[in-house]
Amino acid sequence: MKMLRVGRWISGLGLVLLAGVYVRALAYTPVEASQGLAQKIFYLHVPAAIWAESAMVLVGLASIVYLFTKDLRLDRFAASSAEVGTVFCAVVLTSGPIWGKPIWGTWWTWDARLTFTLFLFLLYVGYLLLRSAVPDPGARARFSAVLGICGMCEVPFIHLSVYMFPTLHPMPIVLQPGRPKLPGSMLATWLFSLGVFTLLYIGFVVQRYALSYLREQRESHA
Amino acid sequence: MRSPDLLRHAWAIASKDLLVELRSRTAILSVAVFVVLVLVVFNFGRDPTAVSNIDLAPSILWVTFTFAAILALNRAFQLELENQALEGLLLAPVDRGSIYLGKLIANLVFVATIECLGVPLVALFFNVPIIPHLGPLVATIALATVGFVAIGTLFSAMTVRTRFAELLLPVLLLPFMILPLSWAALATGRLLAGRPLSEITGWLNMLAVYDLVFVILAVLLFPATVNE
Repeated sequence: MKMLRVGRWISGLGLVLLAGVYVRALAYTPVEASQGLAQKIFYLHVPAAIWAESAMVLVGLASIVYLFTKDLRLDRFAASSAEVGTVFCAVVLTSGPIWGKPIWGTWWTWDARLTFTLFLFLLYVGYLLLRSAVPDPGARARFSAVLGICGMCEVPFIHLSVYMFPTLHPMPIVLQPGRPKLPGSMLATWLFSLGVFTLLYIGFVVQRYALSYLREQRESHA
Repeated sequence: MRSPDLLRHAWAIASKDLLVELRSRTAILSVAVFVVLVLVVFNFGRDPTAVSNIDLAPSILWVTFTFAAILALNRAFQLELENQALEGLLLAPVDRGSIYLGKLIANLVFVATIECLGVPLVALFFNVPIIPHLGPLVATIALATVGFVAIGTLFSAMTVRTRFAELLLPVLLLPFMILPLSWAALATGRLLAGRPLSEITGWLNMLAVYDLVFVILAVLLFPATVNE
């Protein structure tokens, strides 16, 4: 199938460029003064976090349109986006503690931002569990659309909440009012990494979409 | 549909559910006993010399309400599965929104009854002063309850028709419950510690916004969970 091949190529390119991000981050970007080498995780952690949240928003948007049009392609996209979002969320939740141990002195703390990233992860897991618990494709699409829309509406609350709790987590330094507060070379590496993660998201979703299409074909023939 | 009709139908559905419950009283009694048992079990999980009651009471209160509410929420649509009662309800010439609102009202009355039992018991077992802060405490509990019962009612309409309904509802609902619960638990803690009201208005505002967003969302989304 053509789509599956295209997805593989995009993901492959994304993975090669991800190696490029590592090289650029480790060899060509200055070491941060107070955090040292641990700060390098920032180039991986933040783009993954941005896509983990964006994937949930895309699930919600696709779900809204699905409820109006009943177009199964949107349901397939929502399922793919949720699965990729789960993986990105897992990347955030594993890379965070690796940074947290040397900088905070602990792998995990019940800080607002960590806690809510964990909720987002559990939200994704719940979404995928719901999909697997409904055998009928029509009901599965409707139920998961309802959950997806609720999930999307919860993201702003999670975001707002982060600012209301006292937090240990570094505040945003790129996406904030005014100019980004980091040197040009770091910003360039970060933007490169964000581009690579975008590519990876697209590649994974396209592949996953093609796979669920093939699975549906097989089920309808069986 | 005119809005008086919407509310009248909703009330008819809610009173039907409440009447069924009032006649049998099995669910409410089971959940009431469950609340007492959870509170007693909590007593063994703490060291009164290390953590004072006043610090622990808000957590105990909200964890107990969480579990009790999940038990109660499973019931609303489980009731309608017998003899395909849900099909009958859907065939009735009433708006889908009023079916949802009816179930929401019945669930709120049910959960509120449990909370009326839970609050005095927490005060009794853990010796915390609630009478001086009763007004704000009731407001906090009411605001938090509306939010998670609204989402729970919506989700239970979906989960009753899946495999592992009893297990799936908490898994789906808890990520949505934790936000209002965390705000409510923080507000309760401040209240019981005798802090000024101005310290909790922020949390109460967040709870009110959360309620508003999710009640409207649930009314809009409910038809998608029952329409074939």
